[in-house]
Amino acid sequence: MRQLRIPAMLVVVGLVASACGQSGPSGAPTELPAAEGELNLVIWTGYAENGTNYPEFDWVTPFQDETGCQVHTTDMTDSANGVELLQSGQYDGGAFSGDATLRLMAGGDAAPVNTDLIPNYANVFDNLKGQPFNSVDGVPYGVPQGWGANILAYNTDTFSSAPDNWDPIWDPNSPAAGHISVYNSSIFIADAAMRLKTTNDNEFGIDNPYQLSEEQFNAAVDLLTEQGAIVSQYWNYATDQITGFGSGDLLAGQTWQYQVNNLPDAPIAAVTPSDYATGWSDTWMIASEAAHPGCMYRWMDWALSPEANAQSTIYFGEAPVSQEACDFAETWQDGAYAGHCDTFHATDTAYHDFLEFWETPREDCNDDDDSTTCKSVEEWINAWTTITGS
Amino acid sequence: MTITAAHSPSRTRRLSAWLYGRPRSQVVILLALPLGFFLLVYIGSLVVLFLNAFLETDPFSGDVIPVFSLDAFVTLFTEDVYRTIALRTIGMALLVTVTCAILGFPVAYYIARIASPRTKRILVIAVLMPLWASYLVKIYTWRTMLGGNGFVDWLLAPIGLESPGLDSLVSGWFVLVYLWLPYMILPIQAGLERIPGSLLEASADLGGKAGITFRRVVVPLVLPAIAAGSIFTFSLTLGDYIAPAFISNTKFIGNVIYDNSTLGNLPLAAAYSMLPVLIMVIYLLIARRLGAFESL
Amino acid sequence: MTESRLTKAFLRVATGVVLVFIYTPLVIVAIYAFNPTATQTWPPSGFTLQWFGEAFSNPNVLSSFASSIVAGVFATAIALVLGTLASLAVARYSFFGRESVSLLLLLPLALPGVVTGIALSATFQTLGLKFALPTVIVGHATFCVVIVYNNVLARLRRTPRSAEEASADLGAASMTTFRRITLPAMRTALLAGGLLAFALSFDEVIVTNFTAGPGTETIPLFILRSIQRPHELPVVNVVAFVLVLLSVIPVYIAQRIGGREGAAIR
Repeated sequence: MRQLRIPAMLVVVGLVASACGQSGPSGAPTELPAAEGELNLVIWTGYAENGTNYPEFDWVTPFQDETGCQVHTTDMTDSANGVELLQSGQYDGGAFSGDATLRLMAGGDAAPVNTDLIPNYANVFDNLKGQPFNSVDGVPYGVPQGWGANILAYNTDTFSSAPDNWDPIWDPNSPAAGHISVYNSSIFIADAAMRLKTTNDNEFGIDNPYQLSEEQFNAAVDLLTEQGAIVSQYWNYATDQITGFGSGDLLAGQTWQYQVNNLPDAPIAAVTPSDYATGWSDTWMIASEAAHPGCMYRWMDWALSPEANAQSTIYFGEAPVSQEACDFAETWQDGAYAGHCDTFHATDTAYHDFLEFWETPREDCNDDDDSTTCKSVEEWINAWTTITGS
Repeated sequence: MTITAAHSPSRTRRLSAWLYGRPRSQVVILLALPLGFFLLVYIGSLVVLFLNAFLETDPFSGDVIPVFSLDAFVTLFTEDVYRTIALRTIGMALLVTVTCAILGFPVAYYIARIASPRTKRILVIAVLMPLWASYLVKIYTWRTMLGGNGFVDWLLAPIGLESPGLDSLVSGWFVLVYLWLPYMILPIQAGLERIPGSLLEASADLGGKAGITFRRVVVPLVLPAIAAGSIFTFSLTLGDYIAPAFISNTKFIGNVIYDNSTLGNLPLAAAYSMLPVLIMVIYLLIARRLGAFESL
Repeated sequence: MTESRLTKAFLRVATGVVLVFIYTPLVIVAIYAFNPTATQTWPPSGFTLQWFGEAFSNPNVLSSFASSIVAGVFATAIALVLGTLASLAVARYSFFGRESVSLLLLLPLALPGVVTGIALSATFQTLGLKFALPTVIVGHATFCVVIVYNNVLARLRRTPRSAEEASADLGAASMTTFRRITLPAMRTALLAGGLLAFALSFDEVIVTNFTAGPGTETIPLFILRSIQRPHELPVVNVVAFVLVLLSVIPVYIAQRIGGREGAAIR
């Protein structure tokens, strides 16, 4: 939530910004500013590892050593939280999913990016450039980090074979009932919408699960309220699920590959079911009032470099954004992660198109039809309080 | 006393002389810093927060728009969930307070009136030390204890019971009592110590048996201390959001406030904040009546 | 009133049970500090000192410890000054609104931390301040003041004014009287109040979370963030265990002081 600033401060900031000059016509710098020695990022847990978790996963220390930019990070719990953090004005940028990026671009909190200052941008897969969630009228507002699906995790003792649909978390008679974990964010309403779309012949006529009419939205909320009876955990942090799956408290859930990667000894496996899957595509964006733009640009270039992108996507469990990163992953750590790109379908456009990527629910339904109205993101968030708080 | 030559008094002396006979100025000087800090920083922040409750948010970008609006209050009154959450939280706060009083009183009594001085010192240290253990670590440890294959499961297995698990208010009740118990024990112990032995002897001399003395002499005298302890157990439960989320998989008042502020809906968080503030101000006024402030 | 033997036995047992209840989780934390695996199942799987080594060589542990100390010291210092001033006013004078001062100072402790947190955060943002250790210190000071205030006020109420009056009769200026009579009498109350205020600041996480910026990390914030990272959890157990051990020192000191001069007054 961006606070109302005292006008004087705005004037000062404006003067300083114009004094720094060198703004291109779209607001991005034309020359790479000097490194300022500090960088404050909003991230999903795991996007900026400095070796304290696992010594071999460290792409922050080399960056700090080379640029002198000390990296400080804050983890967001979900996209709305990420938006709020960036709007607080305390950060230079961060990695945001598609449902956050649109809001930041619309609200002027993120600045356009001059990709000429980011040499590694040239290597990025074409289907990730110039997307609606990371550009406006062809002007890029960020650089991709990676993308992935919300997958189904299940206990292999409870489910003898891999489920091929999402029944395990929706069916009241599921073997996992009472031991289910789903993501604690209003964006999960879209998963309910997809469930409705793929069952009962889509009786509510749902098309885009993020732009829902009143009737479709209420149906999704009803489904979630029903599901609440068999859900035992709404997870905020990956460790919530890691602890739960590891102790046997949880038998099924909607999860990220990151959690599964951290449960090597537990009888847990994960799969992308064939009926539907929601997903997320993350973009590094720079705050329009970033205090350290020089460091932020250097970070964005570094994040796109093969070493950093390979390591971060292996660690997090998502698809990398360039062929060079894929190649790096093949041989890194003596080939321990070979096949990384295939595992995450990095070049599989069919899989990419199958996923329903997170996007922001908008009152105008994000379409050209003026007569349609949909539920806004605020209504989604309020409904989530009702679903989880009752 | 020697007679000294006349000399001009030092600055402090002149200040002291000026202040002498002007008690009101003395009070003003003493209170200027503390009250200034509190009114400007603390109350001022609360005012800024509550002003936000009357503003609007842009539904898409999440910005606060300087337009007067009662949207936040309308949401709070029309959606049932906020009432449910409030009642659940207040109920738990009362339950935790009563439980802490029941569990804490015997301990406080033992320490205050029965333990030998050396035992007393050890026991007081024993009750104080957990206050230094991290609140977060205590909650997280209880989570692993109450979770599957955890300590509680292991403990209850021989009698065929299981842990209440991490989706239950019973677990939340346990953990909240655990967290705040020392805050109840310490004031009660101090309050019991303040009761002069002579009063109890007098009661016995007048024919009062132990039960009657307890009921008619001890309890009224220790009530302010219990009220003082209850301020903490009640308010800490009323505002907590970490234990409900981690232990009970449910939402209390604190969760609604926390969630809405971190998800960018400050007006709703601010509006809902008025509820616990109002409750606590009333609670404090009642507690003050009961003499709690002298027993903190 | 002499309690019956049955009552005494019951109270002894009750105290024992409650103490076991209080200490069991702490003992479990200590056990997990030596547990080899990062996942915490029961019973523990072994014994290792590796996490101690990792904790002491982890730069975040040491720097967050330093930040916590700095924040605690400054917050306590502010609390000592403001708390003493306010308690002097309330104990020695009568004025309009005197009863309300205690209520006002108590509010930061009695109102939910999350409300204080978002109020301060919203205000600091509106003023365009940078969130760093100073904003954390201000937040801590709000609830530390009342701790000192209560302790000193209780002491001042128990201290007879005769000594101060005698000092004034002998010609001492009010500053001198304060310095040489009042302050020494309050000294142990200040120490006890200061220690308790420091303890509160050291462990506080909710208000701190809202007033700290990206580069600021106190011990509680370090713990909060480490709990979210699967392989940093064991280090948290070590940190918690060490802190509890270290805390015996200030608690013991506070007890010795409080006990000694409590007897003196009686």
